[in-house]
Amino acid sequence: MLHTLSIGELARRLNAGEISSVELTRHFLERIERLNPRLNAVITLTAESALIQAAAADRRRQAGERGRLLGIPLIHKDIFCTDGVRTSCGSRMLDNFIAPYDATIVGRLKAAGTVMLGKANMDEFAMGSSNETSYYGPVKNPWDITRVPGGSSGGSSAASAARLAPIATGTDTGGSIRQPAALTGVTGVKPTYGRVSRYGMIAFASSLDQAGVLARSAEDAAAVLAVMAGFDPRDSTSVDAPVPDYPALLEAPLRGLKIGLLREFFDGLESRNAGLIRDALKVYTSMGAETVEVSLPHLPLSVPTYYVVAPAECSSNLSRFDGVRYGYRCRQPKDLLDLYERSRGEGFGPEVKRRIMTGTYVLSAGYFDAYYLKAQKVRRLITDDFRRAFEKVDLVVGPTTPTPAFAIGAKVDDPVTMYLNDIYTIGANLAGLPGISAPCGFIDGLPVGMQLIGPHFSEEKLLSAAHQYQRATDWHLKTPGGFE
Amino acid sequence: MIGGAFFCALALTFETPFTFMSLTRQDVEKIARLARLSITAAEMPVYVASLSSIVDFVHDLSRVETGDVEPMAHPLEGLSQRLREDVVSETDHHDKYQANAPEVQAGLYVVPRVIE
Repeated sequence: MLHTLSIGELARRLNAGEISSVELTRHFLERIERLNPRLNAVITLTAESALIQAAAADRRRQAGERGRLLGIPLIHKDIFCTDGVRTSCGSRMLDNFIAPYDATIVGRLKAAGTVMLGKANMDEFAMGSSNETSYYGPVKNPWDITRVPGGSSGGSSAASAARLAPIATGTDTGGSIRQPAALTGVTGVKPTYGRVSRYGMIAFASSLDQAGVLARSAEDAAAVLAVMAGFDPRDSTSVDAPVPDYPALLEAPLRGLKIGLLREFFDGLESRNAGLIRDALKVYTSMGAETVEVSLPHLPLSVPTYYVVAPAECSSNLSRFDGVRYGYRCRQPKDLLDLYERSRGEGFGPEVKRRIMTGTYVLSAGYFDAYYLKAQKVRRLITDDFRRAFEKVDLVVGPTTPTPAFAIGAKVDDPVTMYLNDIYTIGANLAGLPGISAPCGFIDGLPVGMQLIGPHFSEEKLLSAAHQYQRATDWHLKTPGGFE
Repeated sequence: MIGGAFFCALALTFETPFTFMSLTRQDVEKIARLARLSITAAEMPVYVASLSSIVDFVHDLSRVETGDVEPMAHPLEGLSQRLREDVVSETDHHDKYQANAPEVQAGLYVVPRVIE
């Protein structure tokens, strides 16, 4: 049952020579081949290169090298460029795109000796909260295959929950790591903006995008983040600050930790969901943490603010897809304008086109001040609310999502209802704050996530708080039926 | 739906008249043209409706008193753009990059004739 073990235990067995990385890799490749057809979580399998990477990791270990991630398999979200491997971003536009280089985080994880099993399905260009906008079809939630796994990192979350890999990378622009983690019962970390390099990560909304990780526990996530994080001269918004040794800081005592209970997060929250969050808080108070109620009065505005800022940045970023240099090109264009318009019209799916047009509208002459500038002002009010809250508390806690996983197809025709899924997660992106979602119980057999948000660069605090909660509980160890 | 509760709270906090607005088909055709997106006639009504609902939704922001609040473009505002030494740091990847192009000729990207 290698797929039920933590990264730490896998590394111990690898170091002791009880298993090899090649055996471990074969185990997960077999699981993907057998179980993925039920889920559609993995859209590119790189079995051959995985076995080569695993053999190389085994040789490095035989040569005396030790590393937390040496020989550990993973799956990359298909938003990260992987040299020589198709990088589709879940879009027809990039269905034929073979990345000519590695994203910085891909390179860092490769250098640490991880083994890439394949690439994970995702909402097209990371625009979605249900993984239903992918060109490659929806991903199914392993807890109930009629339900969504969340999005946009829905392939990563489903793969992680079904134990198709010990680690899956993800990205989070408005909740795209935390929301799918919550809906599939795994742990998801969205670091501080600037903590992890965005180089080679296909851009959606550049002032919000951040790479992170989905794993079975905060402890595993800490080991991965320690490798992913850090300064990268190739990303102009990468922050040049030392990276704490996250795994070494997991046991920092929680006594005296001040946890803020976000009043706005509980307004109208379904009582069973609220009850599970309050149960989690009791675990913290039993460890000596204090809870204080805090208010972020402008937080209810985060969804409309986001749906101005993110589409505006998306319309600018996605203007690079022109059918000329790479990606989809329409057949027999009659002139250059026709080439641009039809390549984009045919290459992008409906949700991406909707967001590009929303962004084009809010940036257009006559509307810029009313929408884009206004949203940037409200963005500051929301950020200031968080800053004031963190003068009183070390971190804040609340639900990750308003409800557990919903049915595939349930919200697909109503974009605004779909957007409201991210009501609790978007604030952290607007303010650039780190957040983590950890499993905290079940409603009707479906996992529920608790979210912790901290000040800038407080990842070690979030990880240790989640880790110590996971030592006291076993929600994160539950595995969906049929994927044991 | 939780959003309902949220926006009730919002309405209580920011009391200004709500102006309902909607986009016309002509508006959406203009936006699509600006965005260089071909939208088929069959798709158009769906976009008119959904873009209108999004614009109406984000229009809620107009009810917020923002006064002289400075717009925030970036979450790490202390950060300034770095400059690097003006030296060659990249090798030539021309062939590798162009392998992804839909059509090339003699190392150049081919597009429909622009100048007669």
